[in-house]
Amino acid sequence: MALLEVDDLRTYFKTRAGEVHAVDGVSFTLEERKTLGIVGESGSGKSVTVLSIMGLVQSPGRVVAGSVRFQGQELTTMKDRQLEDLRGDRIGMIFQDPMTSLNPTLTIGTQITETLRRHRDLSRQQARKRAIELLEEVHIPKAASRLDDYPHRYSGGMRQRVMIAIAISCDPKLLIADEPTTALDVTVQAGILDLLEELREEHDMGMIIITHNMGVVAEAADDIAVMYAGQIVEQATALDLFDRPEHPYTEALLGALPTLEGDARHARLTTIPGRPPDLIAPPEACRFAPRCKYAGMDDCNVVAPELREIRPGHWVRSAHPASERVAEALVTS
Amino acid sequence: MSEQIGTSNAAEAVQTESSTASRTGEPLLVVQNLTKHFPVKKGFLIDRTVDHVKAVDDVSFEIREGETLGLVGESGSGKSTTGYCILQLLKATSGSVRFQGEELTKLRREALRSMRREMQIVFQDPYASLNPRMTIGDIVGEPLTVHGLGTRQRRRRTVEELLEVVGFNPEFINRYPHEFSGGQRQRIGIARALALNPRLIICDEPVSALDVSIQAQILNLLKDLQQEFFLSYLFIAHDLAVVKGMSDRIAVMNLGKIVEIGPADDVYTRPKNEYTKALLAAVPVPDPRRMRERKAERRKHKHALVESL
Repeated sequence: MALLEVDDLRTYFKTRAGEVHAVDGVSFTLEERKTLGIVGESGSGKSVTVLSIMGLVQSPGRVVAGSVRFQGQELTTMKDRQLEDLRGDRIGMIFQDPMTSLNPTLTIGTQITETLRRHRDLSRQQARKRAIELLEEVHIPKAASRLDDYPHRYSGGMRQRVMIAIAISCDPKLLIADEPTTALDVTVQAGILDLLEELREEHDMGMIIITHNMGVVAEAADDIAVMYAGQIVEQATALDLFDRPEHPYTEALLGALPTLEGDARHARLTTIPGRPPDLIAPPEACRFAPRCKYAGMDDCNVVAPELREIRPGHWVRSAHPASERVAEALVTS
Repeated sequence: MSEQIGTSNAAEAVQTESSTASRTGEPLLVVQNLTKHFPVKKGFLIDRTVDHVKAVDDVSFEIREGETLGLVGESGSGKSTTGYCILQLLKATSGSVRFQGEELTKLRREALRSMRREMQIVFQDPYASLNPRMTIGDIVGEPLTVHGLGTRQRRRRTVEELLEVVGFNPEFINRYPHEFSGGQRQRIGIARALALNPRLIICDEPVSALDVSIQAQILNLLKDLQQEFFLSYLFIAHDLAVVKGMSDRIAVMNLGKIVEIGPADDVYTRPKNEYTKALLAAVPVPDPRRMRERKAERRKHKHALVESL
C-alpha cells in the first residue's frame, strides 16, 4: 500500500469573476520513505494541492472532487476533529516563511511542547525533555539553554530548524514542506536540505517538497512532478526528468535557468512567451498550447491531452513530447 | 584575493570611446575605501550609541564604461548599502565615490541632482517600487518632469518610446500599476530608470521577485539595453547563477567586505577565497547526478560558514 494516493483532486475557489480552477485533476502516488518534489511557477497550484491534501483549504476555496488516501484512509470525507488528530501527528508540515510561522509572543519551548501535548499524553516535564531532544536533533547548539528564548532571538535558518522540530515531534510518516528554503540564503538552505534528508532516513518518512527552484528538487527529490495551470504536466524520477525532459514546458523552464558554468555573458536565455492561462475559464484544450512552440495546426487548441506514460515511470501531458518529436523528425526525413 | 582590473572584452572595447572619463583614463565609477557604519543605539528617551554595525567596510572597486560588475553576497552582506552609498541615497561614513571623474561624496545638493541624471536604479520589488496612484505614463515620465526636460508633448512621446524599448505596449500609458504582473511592472521600473539616458544603472536584485520564465525575459532585456544604450551596470543579486550570466567581473561580499573580485569565469571556476568556495558549493544545481558530488564538496567547505543563531 502506498503512503499517499491522490486521485483526480480538484480544488476550486469561488470569486466574483467566476470559479478559479486552482487545482484541476491532480493525481499522484507517494511510496513510503520516498520524496516527491512538486515544482511549478507562482499560481500553478502547488501549494493549493498540499493544502487540499491536509484539508486546510479555506472558504471561498473548496475541494470539489477527487480522493486523498493516506495509509489507506480517505481524508477528503474525514471529520475536522479526526483531521486535527492526524495533522501534526502522523502528517507533519513546514511552511515557507519561518519569520511569520512562529508565534512571536511564545517561547520556542512552549511552541514545541504545544504540539507534543496535543497529540501525546505527556506531562509538562516529559514534554520539555522531549523538546530539548528535538532541538538537538535539528542541530540547535546548546538546546537546553535556548528552549526558553523567544523566536526573535533565532535567525531565519534556526527558526526553520525549530519549525522542522515541531513538524517531526510526533514522529510523522509523511512530512510536507511548502517552499521550506525559499526565504533563506543559499548556505543556510543547504543546511536545511541536508537536515531534511537526514531526518527522512532516520524517521522513515515520506516527504513532499514544494518549490519553484529546479536546483532544490534536483537535490532533494526522488520523483518530480511539474505543475502548470493547476495540472501535473510531467512526472518522472528526478534523474529521468533532468536527463530527458519531455514536456515543452519543462524543457523551456530548464532552458530559462541561468547556470553557474558556461560562458553565458553574451548569451540569451530561452524565454517562454506569453503568460499562463486564466484559471477561471481554463481552455478545453492543452493549457500550454498558446505558449508552446510545437503546438501547430493540429488538435493542440481543441483537445485536452491526457497524462500518459511515455516510457515506464515517465508521465507527460502533451501531444508533442520531446522523444516523439525526434521520432517524427526521423520519419519525415 | 585576486584584484583584477578591467580585463573583460567589453571594457577594452569601450576604451576608445570618447568621454570625459575615458579621456582622462579613469573608469566610469571608482569606489575607494567606502565605509558605512550604522550606529546601534540603546536607552530610553536619551539614546546613546553603544556600538556600530559595519554594513560596508572598506570597499573598493571600479566599473568601466559598458561593463557590468556583479555584486553577490547573502542577506546582510552590505550589497544594497553599497549601491545606496554610490547613489548618495545614504551618506557614506568615509571613503570616496568618483563618477565620471567627479567626487560625489562632497557634492552639494544641486550639483548632485544633476549628477543623478547619469545614475539610476532599478529596485527589487516591482510591487512596492511603483506608486499605485500614478499612471504608468506619469511614473516613467517623472524623472523628465523632475529635471524639467522637454515640453509636455515631447515628454509624452519620450515615455511612449521608452515603453516600446522595454517591450511594453505604449497604449497602456494611462493605466495603473496594479493592472500589471510582476514582470511587466519590472519593465516599467526599467523604463523609468532609462528615461534620463543614464550612463550607470544600479540593478538591486531586479529579478529576485520574479518567476523563472519571466526572470529570463527581464535578464535578456537588460542585456539588450546595455548593448543598445551603452550602459554600465552594477548588478546586485544573491542568486549566483543569475549574476554569472550578467557580469563581466564579479565581486563577492561577506560581512561588509569584498572578499574576492575578478573576472566572472575566474571567480566561479577558480575561487580563491574560502567564503566564495563555500557559497558556490551551496548552490543547488538542476542536475541530480552532479548534486551528489556537490554535496560532498559542500561539506568540505562548511567551516567557512558561520550559521548565526
